[in-house]
Amino acid sequence: MSTISDAWDYLTTAENWTGANGLFGTNFDGSLRFQSDSILALTLEHLYMSVAAVAIAAALALPLGLWLGHIRRGGGATTVVSNVSRAMPTLALLTLFAASSIGFGNRAVIIAAAIFAFPPILTNAYTGMADVDKDVREAAFGQGMTRRQVALRVELPLAVPLIAAGLRTSTTQTVATVPLAALVAGGGLGVIINSGLATQRYGQVLAGGILVATLCLGIDWLLARLQRRVTPAPLRERATAAA
Amino acid sequence: MDNPWLSLDYLRRSGDEVWEHLVIHTSLTLQAVLIAIAIALPLAVVARRIPRLAGPILGVTGVLYTVPSLALFALLAPFTGIGRTTVLIGLVAYALLVLVRNIIVGLEGVDPDVVDAARGLGYSRTRLLLTVELPNALPSVVAGLRLATVTTVALVTVGVVVGYGGLGQLMFRGLQSNYRAQIATSSLLCLALALVLDLAIVLLARWAMPWTRARRTGKREAAT
Repeated sequence: MSTISDAWDYLTTAENWTGANGLFGTNFDGSLRFQSDSILALTLEHLYMSVAAVAIAAALALPLGLWLGHIRRGGGATTVVSNVSRAMPTLALLTLFAASSIGFGNRAVIIAAAIFAFPPILTNAYTGMADVDKDVREAAFGQGMTRRQVALRVELPLAVPLIAAGLRTSTTQTVATVPLAALVAGGGLGVIINSGLATQRYGQVLAGGILVATLCLGIDWLLARLQRRVTPAPLRERATAAA
Repeated sequence: MDNPWLSLDYLRRSGDEVWEHLVIHTSLTLQAVLIAIAIALPLAVVARRIPRLAGPILGVTGVLYTVPSLALFALLAPFTGIGRTTVLIGLVAYALLVLVRNIIVGLEGVDPDVVDAARGLGYSRTRLLLTVELPNALPSVVAGLRLATVTTVALVTVGVVVGYGGLGQLMFRGLQSNYRAQIATSSLLCLALALVLDLAIVLLARWAMPWTRARRTGKREAAT
């Protein structure tokens, strides 16, 4: 099949990985630019966008979720947030942002991806804290611990497995969302698929699909191992049940 | 030039086109979910009957779920071409995991005493499955169905990459011509469609499971 051999050729040509002009260049305003003819540069850009989005989401969702979970309020609100975000198409948010004053490009993608990365982190942080056994909490208060100590030294360690599961879900999902950036003139590995489709080079499309799929499965596998590591053995079953 | 996010003028002028894409979007979603259910049900039953196959079945559907939709369409497009079929296959693949997992969870949650009682009455395995286990698993199946439907509505839009994205097509065209009303209208319709389908499933489930209603009112009476 010629498509498959085209894809193979695409993936085994060294220049497709390193790019004709190296990995990086500079934009007209002097900022760093990832060359879009290099698989390596696009992968780096993909990872940079994903990490930026998850970092923004985590910076907002973690404190909020931990606090709400500690005071055990707002559970209904967190569920509503995650349900609405599920119904909202990523493409809708991307096009809405791109057509607004935020404009085309990576910034719109990072903001949109951060919005979708937010709910899993929030709900898991909330559930992790709020599901800590009431007796454990009471015992800690009974020993004279302050609210702060109970939250940070008792509830937080017990919530870690669920928080880790939330971060994993959200990161995997973000890495899977970022390819859509190519549709709004952003970067990342989606560019290979999109330009392949536009020029009807289906070998390249297939190669791009393989690259994106491999990256996502690889990241998910890596995070699954990481999640297992931060989860103490007795808590493992609970974490997998909730994830 | 004035470029409002919402405009009645747009609906008046392109109402037919919007309607046409809404119909495509809805039919694609329903078709995908129905096919996914038809595949997921036997898979889940097999996974439950033959525990050795449960791992591989969940593993494969899990991989299909992790692969991003765009990549899935890209992997399919060279072989199935551009258009409805490619999108449909992608949507079905994506909905499988949620459905299979929820059906298995539902079947596992059936009270063993109930199953024992049915077996004691001489029910065959098939009859047991159809008349005892599946109805008892329905709440979990419905939860999976709702999740799968809502995510499918959102996912259809990614079909633009192969030229068949339902309302996503309008979003994308609106973006290319910087027509805000077109983007906002199609986005809102997507949300509304997800909401309406979700509500329809809830109502259908309540009609199909009268006992959950009775139990709820029973609980309320017991509480007062």
